[in-house]
Amino acid sequence: MEATVTITAKDKFLALVEQHEKLPHVVGARKVLSQLDMPNTRMEDWRYTRTGKIGTEDWKMATSKTNPDISSFLIPGLEAKHLVIVDGQYREDLSELKNLVGISIETTTLVNDEQHQYQHFFEALGAALITTRIQVDIAPHVEIKDKLHIIHVTTEHQVLSQPYITIDAGKSSKAHFVESFVSIGEHHAFTNRTLRIQVAENASFTLDKIQSETDAHYLMNEDRIHVAGDGRFTINTLTIDGGWVRNNLHISFGGQNAEANLHGIYLPRKKQHIDNHTLVDHRVPHCNSNELYKGLLNDHATGVFNGKVYVQPNAQKTNAFQSNANILLSDDAQMNTKPELEIYADDVKCSHGTTTGQLDEDALFYLKARGLGEESARRLLTSAFINDVLDKVENDNIRNYVVSQLITRELLIA
Amino acid sequence: MTSDDIIDEITNREYEFGFTTNIESDKAPAGLNEDIIRLISAKKNEPEWLLQWRLEAFAIWQKMTEPNWAHVSYVKPDFQAISYYAAPKKKAKLNSLDELDPELRKTMDKLGISLEEQKRLHGVAVDFVMDSVSVATSFKEKLGELGIIFCSMSEAIQEHPDLVKKYLGTVVPRTDNFYAALNSAVFTDGSFCYIPKGVKCPMELSTYFRINEGGTGQFERTLVVADEESYVSYLEGCTAPQRDENQLHAAVVELISMRDAEIKYSTVQNWYPGDKEGKGGVFNFVTKRGLCDGDRSKISWTQVETGSAITWKYPSCILKGDHSVGEFYSVAVTNNMQQADTGTKMLHIGRNTKSTIISKGISAGNSQNSYRGLVHINKSAQNARNFSQCDSLLMSDTCGAHTFPYIEIKNKTAKVEHEATTSKIGEDQIFYCLQRGLDEEQAISMIVNGYAKEVLNKLPMEFAVEAQKLLAISLEGSVG
Repeated sequence: MEATVTITAKDKFLALVEQHEKLPHVVGARKVLSQLDMPNTRMEDWRYTRTGKIGTEDWKMATSKTNPDISSFLIPGLEAKHLVIVDGQYREDLSELKNLVGISIETTTLVNDEQHQYQHFFEALGAALITTRIQVDIAPHVEIKDKLHIIHVTTEHQVLSQPYITIDAGKSSKAHFVESFVSIGEHHAFTNRTLRIQVAENASFTLDKIQSETDAHYLMNEDRIHVAGDGRFTINTLTIDGGWVRNNLHISFGGQNAEANLHGIYLPRKKQHIDNHTLVDHRVPHCNSNELYKGLLNDHATGVFNGKVYVQPNAQKTNAFQSNANILLSDDAQMNTKPELEIYADDVKCSHGTTTGQLDEDALFYLKARGLGEESARRLLTSAFINDVLDKVENDNIRNYVVSQLITRELLIA
Repeated sequence: MTSDDIIDEITNREYEFGFTTNIESDKAPAGLNEDIIRLISAKKNEPEWLLQWRLEAFAIWQKMTEPNWAHVSYVKPDFQAISYYAAPKKKAKLNSLDELDPELRKTMDKLGISLEEQKRLHGVAVDFVMDSVSVATSFKEKLGELGIIFCSMSEAIQEHPDLVKKYLGTVVPRTDNFYAALNSAVFTDGSFCYIPKGVKCPMELSTYFRINEGGTGQFERTLVVADEESYVSYLEGCTAPQRDENQLHAAVVELISMRDAEIKYSTVQNWYPGDKEGKGGVFNFVTKRGLCDGDRSKISWTQVETGSAITWKYPSCILKGDHSVGEFYSVAVTNNMQQADTGTKMLHIGRNTKSTIISKGISAGNSQNSYRGLVHINKSAQNARNFSQCDSLLMSDTCGAHTFPYIEIKNKTAKVEHEATTSKIGEDQIFYCLQRGLDEEQAISMIVNGYAKEVLNKLPMEFAVEAQKLLAISLEGSVG
């Protein structure tokens, strides 16, 4: 009689880590990995996001070196350098980083992060098995003229990409990065990207994140941002497509008078699932955070928004605002939102608001009465809804690039 | 007096209603096992089906673990150290108030709810619960003429077993949660109310609960059934004597509202919150849920929560009938070391269902006050509408105010709005009041009052007076 052994999803990941033990990693993450369970809906942070399907695949590291044509992924008209990661591997040959003044990029730096407390299995996995390590240093007192565009391309089936990127923005520096996630062909692939940003005193850092993945793809983003005193951080998370997307965005303040702006749109359709979890940790007094996330959900799509504002006991004079609005375009779309406030200081101004509904029938009627067709009227309303967030994207070229994709999606008016 | 002084005074205020009544009770030994449940059942002369129902609940409870997701921390009660049955010595039924135990009369006088006064106060029937057994019921005859049944749960089990059997545990099943299962196994008394078809109850039905015996857990079971096209307003209020040890209260309240019926359920809760160091105080782990079973039915919860060391309470509405309406109005005040995790669940199932949530939290001292709520719009709930507003007011720099709303939408025709704000009393608001001739104390009082008004307005008139009294005790002499 043969004993049956059930191989769990977790076992498979652990085996993969063991198989590639020589790859760069954080020792602590490997230690903790076996103690963490695969995320499941019984966990509060994952109650609306299923991870079961991720467990059924047999993930592997990129095997062959493909040479994708990345020209179609560049943003037209944008003066940018680009750093290309294909199937989780940094590709110097495809990247264009010449004459980048004030920025140094290292691909061999070890991660010094042994004290980190891992919140969930995928986060530890991302540090236990690093497929590409990138360290970006921005020199102090420098305003970076060119944008840096990090492009993640998936070209293979069942490939597990786990880039680990750290960015140190020096004192009083100013920089603007763009990060995009794309696939060539439809692949069951899993991109589990870790990003750590340290924004030093009086520095300003902006990140525009454009996620246009395929329906078969799984995308996990673990972003941890630390903003020092007088620092300023802005992130625009623009999720245009993706079969399964989970964005964990964790921002904490290290000094007074710092500011964070978090904006996002998510536009799932078909059977897509998009989940945005944000945490803004006000640890020190006199910091501001502004959060605005909007979602348009179609077909059988599901969306999740979980925004948490945490105000620690001494963080007086905090201003924290959070807003989340959703429109369900179809009968089968679903939205789960959980805007949380956890406040331990009294002299603060904190608010959150969330709404979910369908397109306003009165507004539609008004527009139709003025001669617009049903379709144009709808599109005008969805445009107005999304443009609130798109207007936060400062760079015209980047915004136009996203707008053109949304016109194709018939969500914006041309 | 500056606002800091006022807040200091609030923090230093001792519990006003802390006193104990010396009535001997008939008390079961501490501990929980099947024998104790058989004892409770036998003492109350219950039918066999109910004993079996209790024993099944006990079996379910033994398999469950205590919930720990709430934003509260406390030493878990030892369920084997609690006595599950206590009845006042005098159990004889009373024909008039004169027959009442003089000690009991004194207690009620101190609380300002003497029965004479209550009887004179037009339209209020009081079912006074001393520990676990009802000892005084009034206005019963008048209600009887209309066919309204309003009595203690033990009486209902004896006299209306069919009604109890039909509805008990249908809204809060025994498997619902740890404390509901415990309550189902050991509940000793509570209130039962049935409003027949088409009857509008002419008076507010009121029950005063009072935990009296040291070391006795209070496991109340309340069941209110409003038959088609009926209306009832039900009042529940509590004060508890000062105690050093923690007292556990795990009640279950079930409401059933049928076609075109309406239940208005109001609570003023002022159990002993513990002293300044957080010693003592009542653990209030209550399961309250209402079922809007029929079309156009309505359930409205109004609560003013000022007491208890730990509050864990989520009065909910299941909006099953089409066009049914659920409402939740709450003021929760926490002071010193109190912790409250309270809110509501609105489950929209029927078409054109509507719900409103207004929650006002006030935290002072070192307390933690959380709102936790769920709005769930089911796929079948066409044109559902929800509006939620959760505001928090912070009175010290050491307290906390938290909001954990869950919003789950599965139907696109839903219109759901949620908003929350957290702030302290604005200096500009106080300044405005000062320059109009009010002193600082009056100013704070006025602002807090105005802040809670939206909810206090929803209380029946007689109760609103009491609620304001309790707000004042919890926060400050002048507030209220």
